[in-house]
Amino acid sequence: MEWIQQLVNGISLGSIYALIALGYTMVYGIIKLINFAHGDVFMIGAFVGFYAIKGFGLGFFPALVLSMVVCAVLGVLIERIAYKRLRTATRIAALTTAIGVSLFIEYVTIYVRGAQPEAYPNVFPAKNFDFFGVSISSQSLFILAVSVSLMILLQFIVHRTKIGKAMRAVSHDMEAARLMGINVDHTISATFAIGSALAGAAGVIFGIYYIKIEPLMGVIPGLKAFVAAVLGGIGIIPGAMVGGLVLGVVETFVSAAGYSLWRDAAAFIILILILLFRPSGIFGKNMREKV
Amino acid sequence: MKQAKSFWGFLILAVVFYAVIQALISFNILDQFYENALILMAINIILAVSLHIVIGITGQFSIGHAGFLAVGAYVSAIFTMKLQLPFPLAILAGGIMAALAGLLVGIPSLRLKGDYLAIATLGFGEIIRIVFLNIDYVGGAAGMQVSHMTTWTYAFVCLVITILVISNFTNSSHGRACIAIREDEIAADAMGINTTFYKVAAFAIGSFFAGVAGGLFSHNFYIIQPTNFGFLKSIDILIFVVLGGLGSLSGSVIAAILLTIISTFLQDYADTRMIMYSLVLILVMLYRPQGLMGTKEVTDYLGKWTGGKRGDSNGNQNIA
Repeated sequence: MEWIQQLVNGISLGSIYALIALGYTMVYGIIKLINFAHGDVFMIGAFVGFYAIKGFGLGFFPALVLSMVVCAVLGVLIERIAYKRLRTATRIAALTTAIGVSLFIEYVTIYVRGAQPEAYPNVFPAKNFDFFGVSISSQSLFILAVSVSLMILLQFIVHRTKIGKAMRAVSHDMEAARLMGINVDHTISATFAIGSALAGAAGVIFGIYYIKIEPLMGVIPGLKAFVAAVLGGIGIIPGAMVGGLVLGVVETFVSAAGYSLWRDAAAFIILILILLFRPSGIFGKNMREKV
Repeated sequence: MKQAKSFWGFLILAVVFYAVIQALISFNILDQFYENALILMAINIILAVSLHIVIGITGQFSIGHAGFLAVGAYVSAIFTMKLQLPFPLAILAGGIMAALAGLLVGIPSLRLKGDYLAIATLGFGEIIRIVFLNIDYVGGAAGMQVSHMTTWTYAFVCLVITILVISNFTNSSHGRACIAIREDEIAADAMGINTTFYKVAAFAIGSFFAGVAGGLFSHNFYIIQPTNFGFLKSIDILIFVVLGGLGSLSGSVIAAILLTIISTFLQDYADTRMIMYSLVLILVMLYRPQGLMGTKEVTDYLGKWTGGKRGDSNGNQNIA
């Protein structure tokens, strides 16, 4: 029965990774950029949620929405200021800029509020439900509910709205989309806004689940979410969800098996294995390189 | 002929420079603080140059270089502290082990390109760090005590050897092959260059010198911990190369010197230093993506003044 409990924990953790991975995968799908700053948008989301709950006394849902809005604005600002000029630049220039933006957000946060960690306020009474002898915390269930509904919302936006259609078109072929009269700049900004909002939501959920938040907390989950995105096939939205869940479950089982210090290595080993044997990911299609 | 002349010129210059600094140190005109700063500068230059051969010359984007630094640091520390072997041997062993680690990492991951390669090297760098974190023999997370053995002499000799080897490699036919891979891998392949071999070779050479730097690094501080070799350290090294100019050896040397001076003076303001670093990184990429020197070398400018002509500086910036 303990394994089922671990599975539930793993799925909760995995759904956080999945929410972050969605932003990575959407941005990569549309402008082929690994947005290293995404993990830091996640961190900012956690802090906005923290100050909203603790400072302004907001409830969980208003704090979640506020954090998503702030992160969406932040994501669009990053795109407009730093990445927009790099659309035609080399890969190395784009990647280096993204690393620079990531460091900038981290250290400005440390400069502004100091490096000390904060403890997230407890918004939910910790209650355990028993299903056939398996004890599941209310928080796990809640995290799962929030992330699943956000993912459903995302699927709705991408497949049923006009902006979603534009996003799919731009990621398929930017030039052709522009010729069809799609405003590419707006579409890219919208992608950043949606992806960053999801990262913000993941930040608040992370805070509630793990209590401790700090300015450098975004680095490792950010990298792991990227692993999740690659695992599912980068640029593919359902891939990011599945990749995140798989990664969360694997990590939790590695910890539960007594190798908690190796937990971080597990993600990177998965990454390397997937890159070596199936670089296009679980859901990806193989693309031939053309000269 | 001309190559040989510049080789001896460089060597004489290096000896003179070394003698002047060593004299200043022995007459106590430069105190401990400055000697330390100079050693740190030499280590950073070695690191910058060792990454330059991977990114600048061969065009393979690696962001896990701190992993090889860690291998060199730990292996050499084990040699001196646990096995009581002499320090020069320890440096060499650190370099060789790092080169082996480079082979181990390079052979599978260099099949990848661009972003994927970057992420894979990042992953390997983190794995190396986590492995050291889990070995109790080297102290785990608490770290390992290492006595101070790095002197200006050791640092400078290693630095000169590194620069000589890498600049000679660049100017050899092997180096040309690596540059061809940087410019266009498919075309290089079509011209009969064994791209995998050269990519792995450049990676192993870079790792070797990162390991050498690691040996100097661990014996310059009194303790080494796995946290010293995280992602941020890799970024530190990357900044030297990117800022100096991808493909310019002297550029990365100059950037390493400048940034070491800046960060030595900003030691007490670590946060401000990182904010400045990141701003510099972003602004350079946005407004001067080729870095300070582009693919040019200092000697190219010298050649211009004396009317000489050197033809190895016209590479464009198509590093995908």
